Amino acid sequence: MPEHGHKTPHLQEHLLNIPVPDYAPELRQLVFDYTLQLADTSLILGHRLSEWCGHGPILEQDLAMANIALDLIGETRSLYQYAATLEGKGRTEDDLAYLRSAVEYKNPLLVEQPNGDFGDTVMRQFLFDGFHYFLLKALKHSSDQGLSAIAAKSFKEASYHIKWSSEWVIRLGDGTEESKHRMEKAVGNLWMYSGELFMMTDTEKQLLEAGILPDYTSIKQQWDEHVAKVFSEATLEVPQQVYMQQGGKMGKHSEHLGYILTELQYLQRTYPGLEW
Amino acid sequence: MVKTKATDIEKVWEYLEEVTDPEIPVLSVVDLGVVRDVQIEGEQVQVTITPTYSGCPAMNTIATDIKLKLLSEGFAKVSIDLKLSPAWTTNWLSEAGKAKLEAYGIAPPVEPEGDIHALFGRNTTVRCPLCQSENTRLISQFGSTACKAFYQCNECLEPFDYFKCLK
Ligand SMILES: [Zn+2]
Repeated sequence: MPEHGHKTPHLQEHLLNIPVPDYAPELRQLVFDYTLQLADTSLILGHRLSEWCGHGPILEQDLAMANIALDLIGETRSLYQYAATLEGKGRTEDDLAYLRSAVEYKNPLLVEQPNGDFGDTVMRQFLFDGFHYFLLKALKHSSDQGLSAIAAKSFKEASYHIKWSSEWVIRLGDGTEESKHRMEKAVGNLWMYSGELFMMTDTEKQLLEAGILPDYTSIKQQWDEHVAKVFSEATLEVPQQVYMQQGGKMGKHSEHLGYILTELQYLQRTYPGLEW
Repeated sequence: MVKTKATDIEKVWEYLEEVTDPEIPVLSVVDLGVVRDVQIEGEQVQVTITPTYSGCPAMNTIATDIKLKLLSEGFAKVSIDLKLSPAWTTNWLSEAGKAKLEAYGIAPPVEPEGDIHALFGRNTTVRCPLCQSENTRLISQFGSTACKAFYQCNECLEPFDYFKCLK
């Protein structure tokens, strides 16, 4: 029998085996949308971190950021594969990553923010890691088998990420005058994007009702506690009453995402179906 | 030596002992604990594997190496199933595997890193694989591959890799 499609056979058969849930079409659509949102989030942050490769302040931290990027992109692949299975229309993980436009991407604004200096990158990672860690911890118990399997896997990795970013926030915040100043600046640049992580979209609210998603209120509470504890050790102040930016989860992005996708999708857009 | 007739499934496991991790060639995929199951139905051999880390770039190579090994040993149809759940843990690393790691110069995983509040690696004692001193320090939680951390020995001063705990 002739091979179908253009993918090399050895890659195609090593895809994840996640059983397809028996959902009504509406619920299946919701889980698909949410899975994509999570995948977009880890892909864009993983891509941002990968931009540091070869430019890190010291070799060990260059490697650390590349490793965290790798974990996030690994999580992304699982999520896109699961989303493709849920959709069941023949799209692959590559189609989902490389052939959707910026308005179709549903990552929160935080993860698309530029790397800035090392302090900005550490702060962006720290704000995200707390959310990611506590979300995955709860999602492990989701009634959706696909999400719970991916969460259980990625949670173990995320526990290393949150330690890394927390330690750096403390080291730099409670470091030299210059490093403290930079961290205060990073808080000023990024804090306004932290709120969106916990704002529930209609999709998320419906999945909460369906018993698939945890309530973000409790995740926010755990995040608040962790941030307060680390900031206090870092001698940084937790900002109060900041106006929170939002939109990314609805597909309304900052100008940065277009540039990221231009680079990320360049090869597939220019040479459709290319592989190596 | 008396050789009992091994079933085909046992033979497959024996062959898998000869397939090594591409990044840590002293460990077999069985030592590493990534092979979760072997099933045979008629001519079809199905091997279930699980990734160590989500983004582990060695998984495709491991899957291909397993397939090629079994095909070369005469099994006609081999399929590889990649499963995430239950998630891999360093508990699945065999005792033989841990000894091989240490002999190779990589400190084997010793204990969980504790919760996220135990920052700065204060809780883990890792033994230097070169001089066996326990007076070592963490350089970075992220090392040369996803599964390793960087350490340095305070006694012999050698830097070394630590196969970090994942539970
Ligand atoms: Zn030593």
